[in-house]
Amino acid sequence: MVELIPTQEEIRKALKERHGTELQDKLSSATVAVCGLGGLGSNIAITLARTGIGRLILIDFDRVDISNLHRQQYKASQVGRYKTDALSENLKENSPYIKLETHTVRITEHNIPELLKDADIICEAFDRAETKAMLANTVLTAMPDKYLVAASGMAGLGSANSIRTRRLTDRFYLCGDEVSDAGDGLGLIASRVMLCAAHQAHTVVRILAEKFEP
Amino acid sequence: MVKINGENLDIAGKTIAEYLLTTSYDAKRIAVECNGAVIPKTQYGKTVLADGDSVEIVSFVGGG
Repeated sequence: MVELIPTQEEIRKALKERHGTELQDKLSSATVAVCGLGGLGSNIAITLARTGIGRLILIDFDRVDISNLHRQQYKASQVGRYKTDALSENLKENSPYIKLETHTVRITEHNIPELLKDADIICEAFDRAETKAMLANTVLTAMPDKYLVAASGMAGLGSANSIRTRRLTDRFYLCGDEVSDAGDGLGLIASRVMLCAAHQAHTVVRILAEKFEP
Repeated sequence: MVKINGENLDIAGKTIAEYLLTTSYDAKRIAVECNGAVIPKTQYGKTVLADGDSVEIVSFVGGG
């Protein structure tokens, strides 16, 4: 049986009615990279795809694990699949015409310039503090034309209201409470991780709309 | 005085590397911004902090 889905023109028209032509044209022509497709990255990607971002670069070396299902945008039937492949499928269900570029690799300071060269905005969505710092230092010192939207501090049951966005330089935004480490106490709770992912996705949309203050 | 994460400190003349040695920051988890620019790690030992500089040290925590 053939499933009938809306045409690209119909979806574009619906987005323009929602966002206005001027903003939607900016969103449609943007390329955003999502580095790490876990609790932050999978939620950022889903949100940006729904918002009508034209092209996403999705990077993660890992496979979907049963321990990911409580906060990451994967299905139980996708356990064991590469996150890049599983997330691409899930994104296409809602946004069938989005352009996706996937890289199933571990990000290092050596491959960052090549992997991220086409991105207008880069979302840091890793789990480990050392990898977060490595990406931030590499992008912000070697790729001065990129925006980086990073995250730090979203674990535990702290208040939703302590998740915030700060602008540290013209091109460096940081979301989170900056203190709640996943290694302490309760670990990661879906709702609070999603809040932080939403801060990151919203910062991307605001940058594209040329609203640069968080 | 040098402003570090909002606090005025009497450390003008020290390099970023010298200042970091007096703190408990884990060098692998930080990014250092000085006067609006992120400083490459290779420059921490060469960047001398001056009166009026404004520095922000971001210390990442895990989770994502």
